[in-house]
Amino acid sequence: MLNLFSQARRVAGRAAFGAAALALAGAGVPAHAQETIKVGVLHSLSGTMAISETTLKDTVLFMVQEQNAKGGVLGKKLEAVVVDPASNWPLFAEKARELLSKDKVAVVFGCWTSVSRKSVLPVFKELNGLLFYPVQYEGEESERNVFYTGAAPNQQAIPAVDYLMENEDVQRWVLAGTDYVYPRTTNKILEAYLKSKGVKAEDIMINYTPFGHSDWQTIVADIKKFGSAGKKTAVVSTINGDANVPFYKELGNQGIKATDIPVVAFSVGEEELAGIDTKPLVGHLAAWNYFQSVDVPENKDFIKKWQAYTKNDKRVTNDPMEATVIGFNMWVKAVEKAGTTDPDAVIDSIIGVSVPNLSGGYSAMMPNHHITKPVLIGEIKDDGQFDIVEQTPGLIVAEEWSPHLEGSKDLIADWRKPLNCGNFNVKTGKCGGAGQ
Amino acid sequence: MSMSDTRQPALLGPSGMIFLAILVAAAVLVPALNLMTPPDSALHVPTYVVSLLGKYLCYALLALSVDLIWGYVGILSLGHGAFFALGGYAMGMYLMRQIGTRGVYGDPILPDFMVFLNWKELPWFWYGFDMFPFAALMVLLAPGILALVFGWFAFRSRVTGVYLSIITQAMTFALLLAFFRNDMGFGGNNGLTDFKDILGFNIQSDGTRLVLFVLSALALGLGYVLCRFLVRSHFGKVLIAIRDAETRVRFTGYRAENYKLVAFVVSAMLAGIAGALYVPQVGIINPSEFSPANSIEIIVWVAVGGRGTLVGAALGAVLVNYAKTYFTSGMLAPYWLFMLGGLFVAVTLFLPKGIVGTFYEWREKRRPPPDGADAPLASPKPAE
Amino acid sequence: MNSRARLRGSGRALLVALLAFCAMLSGSLAGSLALSRAAQAQDISAPLAQLANDNYADTEAALGALALSGSPAAAQIVAALADGKLVYSSTAPRQIFIRTDTGLIDPLTMQAVAPAPAVKPVRVNNRVRRAIEAANGALSLVSPDPAKRIDAAIAVARSRDEAALPALDTALAKESNPKVKTALVLARASILIAKEGITPAERIAAVQLVAAEGNQEALAILRGVPDSAAPEVKQAATDAIAGIERNLATWAIAQNIWYGVSLGSVLLLAAIGLAITFGVMGVINMAHGEMVMLGAYTTFVVQEVIRQNYPGLFDWSLIIAIPLAFLFTGLIGVLIERTVIRFLYGRALETLLATWGISLILQQAIRTIFGPTNREVGAPSWMSGSFELGHMSVTYGRLWIIVFALIVFIALLTVLRVTRIGLEMRAVTQNRRMAAAMGIRTNWVDAMTFGLGSGIAGIAGVALSQIDNVSPNLGQSYIIDSFLVVVFGGVGNLWGTLVGAMSLGIANKMLEPYAGAVLGKIALLVIVILFIQKRPRGLFALKGRSIEA
Repeated sequence: MLNLFSQARRVAGRAAFGAAALALAGAGVPAHAQETIKVGVLHSLSGTMAISETTLKDTVLFMVQEQNAKGGVLGKKLEAVVVDPASNWPLFAEKARELLSKDKVAVVFGCWTSVSRKSVLPVFKELNGLLFYPVQYEGEESERNVFYTGAAPNQQAIPAVDYLMENEDVQRWVLAGTDYVYPRTTNKILEAYLKSKGVKAEDIMINYTPFGHSDWQTIVADIKKFGSAGKKTAVVSTINGDANVPFYKELGNQGIKATDIPVVAFSVGEEELAGIDTKPLVGHLAAWNYFQSVDVPENKDFIKKWQAYTKNDKRVTNDPMEATVIGFNMWVKAVEKAGTTDPDAVIDSIIGVSVPNLSGGYSAMMPNHHITKPVLIGEIKDDGQFDIVEQTPGLIVAEEWSPHLEGSKDLIADWRKPLNCGNFNVKTGKCGGAGQ
Repeated sequence: MSMSDTRQPALLGPSGMIFLAILVAAAVLVPALNLMTPPDSALHVPTYVVSLLGKYLCYALLALSVDLIWGYVGILSLGHGAFFALGGYAMGMYLMRQIGTRGVYGDPILPDFMVFLNWKELPWFWYGFDMFPFAALMVLLAPGILALVFGWFAFRSRVTGVYLSIITQAMTFALLLAFFRNDMGFGGNNGLTDFKDILGFNIQSDGTRLVLFVLSALALGLGYVLCRFLVRSHFGKVLIAIRDAETRVRFTGYRAENYKLVAFVVSAMLAGIAGALYVPQVGIINPSEFSPANSIEIIVWVAVGGRGTLVGAALGAVLVNYAKTYFTSGMLAPYWLFMLGGLFVAVTLFLPKGIVGTFYEWREKRRPPPDGADAPLASPKPAE
Repeated sequence: MNSRARLRGSGRALLVALLAFCAMLSGSLAGSLALSRAAQAQDISAPLAQLANDNYADTEAALGALALSGSPAAAQIVAALADGKLVYSSTAPRQIFIRTDTGLIDPLTMQAVAPAPAVKPVRVNNRVRRAIEAANGALSLVSPDPAKRIDAAIAVARSRDEAALPALDTALAKESNPKVKTALVLARASILIAKEGITPAERIAAVQLVAAEGNQEALAILRGVPDSAAPEVKQAATDAIAGIERNLATWAIAQNIWYGVSLGSVLLLAAIGLAITFGVMGVINMAHGEMVMLGAYTTFVVQEVIRQNYPGLFDWSLIIAIPLAFLFTGLIGVLIERTVIRFLYGRALETLLATWGISLILQQAIRTIFGPTNREVGAPSWMSGSFELGHMSVTYGRLWIIVFALIVFIALLTVLRVTRIGLEMRAVTQNRRMAAAMGIRTNWVDAMTFGLGSGIAGIAGVALSQIDNVSPNLGQSYIIDSFLVVVFGGVGNLWGTLVGAMSLGIANKMLEPYAGAVLGKIALLVIVILFIQKRPRGLFALKGRSIEA
């Protein structure tokens, strides 16, 4: 009796399991109702990163809608596939795999943090997918399947430091950051750069804090102390996301004004400022490749459409959004050039593709899979926007491998034939890093 | 059945048999369907599903390890993710060393992130991880020793209940912060990633994935048998007694702390194995695995499946994670936390014993003569 | 548009020039009509043209010329520039106007301009802002307001430019206000310290004068003693520096303790609601952090309503938000208790599961309603800024949070000790059946207790909105610390929570300067773990058969 019973259940159990596997495998049968090109959106909609990434999801959806209104791509409509990797890094890899092998998307727009990008990299390489990564990052990477439309350190950090040296006569530097790869690398590059400009070691203070650090009293007091040594001092902040609000609130409370110790930040944009009362912060700086306040018709037009799309006339735009827009347009152009969405064809055709950016110029995809960008320095205004005080006259090409770092000074990336290599060593003449 | 008249429950009760049968079936069918059916067949199991199922199985083993101490000893560990992560890091370090000159900088010894931070030589704690047997040993030892030291202190001082739960949480939080530091030499927030091969096999090939999946199924099966063996032995009876009335057990002359310590260490090692199998299948290990929220989630899996049932823990892990996979895609993506949160509340209110526990209860009621196989172990007293 | 400046250090030079000019003014015939007429005769069209270029370097130069011109319009133009009300017509010929509420006026004639041309504001960056400060500061040396004269003296002391010496001497001779005089003397000494060619005695006197200030800035000035100075001067400076550093080190300890108390009060606020729901009721309330978050969002909503409808009430926004946050989160708490928690009494661990689910739902609900990004919660004026206490800086915001945390603590203690509902709460949590037998409506008391704990968490959210992000993740960042504080202090004891929060806060801040923020935190966690081994029931363990038995 028992035996029968358990037997029956065993079978039932197996069937149930099979059904689950089938449900998961639902991919096997492609949906053909109407021929569309699928576009994957891999941005966290919940968890700690939702705060930054949700906007980028909206941006891609907006771009898809705009493109479809123009008739789609190659005569087909685009269809966005949205997943939520929930700020969980292994889930990023899982979702990337799902997008590529189950949904068969032609391209993925996604990731914000470096760790999420690192997590999905092997998946994109294995399944030969395309990833457009829209956030400024530490560099030291160039992959065949990834297009980096955010800034490399030399497209953001170094021009900002130059500006402070020339315009504010800064001689003493606090490099404050969250303890992860982007700040570590940026600060290493900046340290080498500042020393090459004659700044002494004792005039550089480096400080790292954990993610989400919320009690800044001690560190702000230290900065104040460091800045009272008689030389003009500035803070270069690579502090990430959530920790910025309490940091700026503490700066304001302790009365550090931009005219005394200016703070230039690389991760604070219009979105972040929307959560802070910016009156005490007027004059602090940020370096980006785009600001909402850029005064050109293309940008005004974009903002108008964006606010209409989101039905919110206060919705701000920011730099990673612009990078997403550029990436999206580059992909569309490359697909049209190649006549197919096949990743290999797109990888070949996209190099050299040039599309208008939102600051009145053009950005081009370079052979190192990074794009050319202007660098803008903005001062925070009391309405949460930036006043652009400096713009590089030309476009800056990304140094994906920093010449200021020991391990990468001989490396270059060039994904054109015949080199076709992301870490070519110019000294040894071989592909594959330092080599032997 | 002849076993019904013995007091000793069978090593594998009916539910255990079913559980193992499903595991065996999965271990055979999934690879078979993956390899032998054409990709467009309705029965085909794509590789993507294989590694997803492999991940679920690792979570199931982790849940099993938590159920061993929570369901049978009454230790609510809110830091079990730490043992899982340590096992994962041990495996990750082995995989990093296997990359060799294929890293982006091509350094034969140093992993990329060390070159990146300008380190000149390998820190001492990375020695030996180029050898698989050493790494495999560390998969067991790293979580095992941490559990031993932590448990020895905690159980000897009779830290119990929520106090114990909160300090386990503090432990995993401290480890989170420590591993997060780049100066620690474990890759900081980016963790360890971009693995190439394991024991000479390409980690991304379908074959390796299938083998890892089968191994995960095997580990889960063996882990289940081991836990079952433990809890139905004399040792296990003492554990259950400790769960229900620790003071009385102590007064009867048992050294309760030693029993707890052994169970805790075994559980930590099981969690470590789960972590080690998890890392090559998901391709990354980073400090977020140490986050207290992850550890709480494990508790949730066990509670959903049924605390103190072992099978339930595994089932809960698979179900909750399947729900997570399912809800985070498509239309529901922005609302999946509502679903998940609602699920937890509903389970607590309507299935207080979890899915499997409720099923046992229902079966009890339907069948007056007790089978004796699962029932005595299946109902942990609410007293804590 | 390219503002790469050639006028490096021009701010300082400008300040000195202005000082010299103002000293001369006050030194000759102050307030004389003749002078002002002469000044009026000054032509400021050149600097105005420069301003219209809207180029930072030009603006800076124009500022100097404007102030030196002595034109009565100058002050108004500078003020307009500072307020962003100075505009230029964007079509040629470019002209400068001042924007007022009624329209544009011409800065020279002060007449309204009609019809108003299309204009853009003259832009300001940090350098221009400093030049504005310098101009204002220098002009205010002849200001009738002594406070402004002191500010000017401090500006000179900071610039430490030898060229300003004659101007200072002139100003000193005229000055009658003793406070301003002290500031001027100090400014003079600051310059003398680094000046070449003065006698050692003079320099030592200067060193002593500056050393008496005893603060960070004095240290910076003292370090400027030139290497060529006489050995006894250098000795005096070294001694003075050492003395100040010793003194400041003592103050640094006081400052750290203050930071610790401040962090402790934040922890106390975050944990005190949990001390009720978890400590007293035994519910492992994972949704506690979300109650704090709801309190913070209540503050946001209150401020939004005030901003849009009653801007004058902004300074009262927090005071208004406190009762609303208490009621709102308290109500949510009662709702949660009635619908979920009440079925789980006696099953403490299952409350963890259910409240974890609730916390996920609440987070996502807030995310859906308010969006995932941070929301702006402003600080009322009485919570902004800081003051110096000795050599310790105290920010008003932190001070109020400490005061507020203590008030909440005392109020809660009073409710539990003195009121009838407090008595009933204690009775029910100690022995539910006996309390029921005494005629206490235990259901109602349970709901009230959970509501109270949640309400207190909501109040904490009002305070935390002042120092942290108001985002859906707010609660998550406090939940671990809150549990740690309650457990460290001893479950079920409010005093334990107070002492626990303060000792963890102070220990954290004492460790941070030595170990850094991350290692300090790790060390603290290890200390707590070890401490629990020593006292397995926290600092203030309940005696006898506690809830844990």
